[in-house]
Amino acid sequence: MINPKNAAWILILSILVGGCAPQKPKENKIVVWHWLNDRKDALNKLAVDYKAKTGTEVEFKLFSPADIYSQKVIAAARAGNLPDVFGILGEKRTLGSFVKAGHILDLTPYMQENSAEWKQRFYPKTLEVVTFNPGNTFNAKEGIYGAPIDTTVINFVYNKSLLKETGIDASNPPKTFDEFIDAAKKVKAKKNVSGFVCGWGEGWLLDCLATEWAINLMGEDKFFKTIKGDVPYTDKDWVEVFSYFSKMRDSGMLSPNITTMINKESEDSFSKNQAAFSFNGTWAVNVYKQLNPNLDYGFFPLPKISNNFPVKVWGGAGSSFMVNAHSPNKEEAVKFLKWLTEKEQQEFLVKETNNLPSIKGCDAALSPILKTLLESLTILTHPNTWPYNEDSRVIEVMDKGLQQIVMGLKTPEEVAKDIQEVKKRVLAK
Amino acid sequence: MNSNTNTFTDKFKNFSFVLPAFLIFSIFYIYPFIYTFILSFHRGDAISGLEYVGLANFKEVLFYDKDWWRSMYNAGFITFWALTFQNILAFCLALGVDRATRTGKIYRVVFFILPVLSEIIIGLLMREILISDPGILNQWLKNIGLGFIANNWLGNNKVLLTTALVHCWKGFGWAFVILLAGLQTIPEQLYEAARIDGANSWQTFRKVTLPLLTPVIAMVLVLTILGTMQAFAMILALTRGAGGLTEVPVMRIYNHLRGSQVGLACVEGVVLGIMLIVISFTMLEVSKRIRRKWGVLPS
Repeated sequence: MINPKNAAWILILSILVGGCAPQKPKENKIVVWHWLNDRKDALNKLAVDYKAKTGTEVEFKLFSPADIYSQKVIAAARAGNLPDVFGILGEKRTLGSFVKAGHILDLTPYMQENSAEWKQRFYPKTLEVVTFNPGNTFNAKEGIYGAPIDTTVINFVYNKSLLKETGIDASNPPKTFDEFIDAAKKVKAKKNVSGFVCGWGEGWLLDCLATEWAINLMGEDKFFKTIKGDVPYTDKDWVEVFSYFSKMRDSGMLSPNITTMINKESEDSFSKNQAAFSFNGTWAVNVYKQLNPNLDYGFFPLPKISNNFPVKVWGGAGSSFMVNAHSPNKEEAVKFLKWLTEKEQQEFLVKETNNLPSIKGCDAALSPILKTLLESLTILTHPNTWPYNEDSRVIEVMDKGLQQIVMGLKTPEEVAKDIQEVKKRVLAK
Repeated sequence: MNSNTNTFTDKFKNFSFVLPAFLIFSIFYIYPFIYTFILSFHRGDAISGLEYVGLANFKEVLFYDKDWWRSMYNAGFITFWALTFQNILAFCLALGVDRATRTGKIYRVVFFILPVLSEIIIGLLMREILISDPGILNQWLKNIGLGFIANNWLGNNKVLLTTALVHCWKGFGWAFVILLAGLQTIPEQLYEAARIDGANSWQTFRKVTLPLLTPVIAMVLVLTILGTMQAFAMILALTRGAGGLTEVPVMRIYNHLRGSQVGLACVEGVVLGIMLIVISFTMLEVSKRIRRKWGVLPS
């Protein structure tokens, strides 16, 4: 019979000894966590190819939906259980936090090897999303902290069939806001469908559109001054930007459920020929193909509201993989990411998943619809590449305000005032 | 010496029985509860560290954050409808079914189906019915000649009322089952005695049913307040907040957590928790006073 006191000591000691167990031995296997449900099969196929070629096993573990995945990665980082390779979703602030906490390997030395051969492969705007420059506002150490595996562009989408049936030249999509409104109203009147559908229940699509119009109207310089706090949101240019949402509402072109609609619902509606226009990203190519392979549609850049400054559209790295700085397999993980971003693998992913590649030189593999999106790569902008980032509380008020403008409950002036009120409070801290 | 060892052994044995429950409760309830308080005094995310900010988060939420109070108003509005419309409907149905001895079990099953279904399923289902283009409800109204009632149910300023009614529709089954169980605990002899004394239906209801059902009603009211003030999933699936018009406190906490505002989310959790505790105890105290006044409890 063991003395109870001894039993208690044995229990405590075994817990302590267990807690100090040596680190898991190095395995010849790379574990990758991802959220890319649509690419599950393609990534698994690439893992098989990689093992056949190098003998290194790669295990892709899918965690979906994206919200759950994000929480899992954050929890794993806190617990020190991150896999060898993983992706980070959300704002650049989050990536910065991971970098500051030392969870992510700086890939700069690997990117610079062999006359920067790896770095040179990528579209610069795509790589910028995972790069921290010296003196960045997130106080993250400068460096390149990820390998993008695709490129995303957010553009307007139009239903060619509906435009043709209305008598509008479908080869020449709207270039200005007035042309856009006019075309949407005509299609709605003739075909009895919505002029414009979008997942505006998800606020980010609203602030994406608002910031694109803001840059077009006031230029990047004034836009960034607003984020810095030097220009108020009550400035007449901002009020004008917000007024374009009330113009869209007043034209009657908007889908009636637009402010409670998530993007998946909007994609479903557009693919069923229930709307003339939408606003969506590159991923929509794959979604529309699955929902309606016969959908006749095209992409076009933001219809401009002004000739003051050039049009810029949101885009950059869509999905990127980061290497765990504490992984015993980090060298193998980097080798795998280098292989994954080679032309052959990128072309395979383009064909299988209909996404834009992250590297240059894959044009031959692109479908005509993806080629039109490629043209927007020269006019990309994205919050993750901006020198300053807006506080999430300000963005939240902007999103809600724009939703309320669309619902006819607030004026652009009222929304501008609400945003500025929160902005002032954030700046005061 | 021997007796001391025995005492220790006994204590150890006794404690070992509650140890698993104590550990689970400590790890999953007490520790998160205390940690929520600690986090509410910090700013930052949970990855690269937190900065101590004292009471700044409490000041932000309680004195400056209009959206937080708007979300409290929204939840209060839905709770008002749940307390009145939902519970009165449930009470009337429970009274009806209490007398329906043959068909009572069928009604119990029918009315209890909705609360058993997932909130997300209800939210998505009602969304399909209510969205106006091409909403099932609007189509149906047009088909029966009531097209003038057809509305953009989720796209205008009536969205909060729509949400409240959907919440009531989903929730009345709970109240119905609890009230029905309460009604069936009232001894039949009391009703017989009242009848012999010449009491009519209204007098029987007022002097027998209502006083004896007061603790159950109080419990239903407290559960309604607790459940509705913390409603989240159904509203998220139905409206996604509708530009703040249907944003409720838990949705706000969720959004702050997603936006890396952990401190604000924790403050909101603490504030909501304290408010609900105060409301619940007040309700129970009011219920006790009413029962004392009616002579059901000794004064």
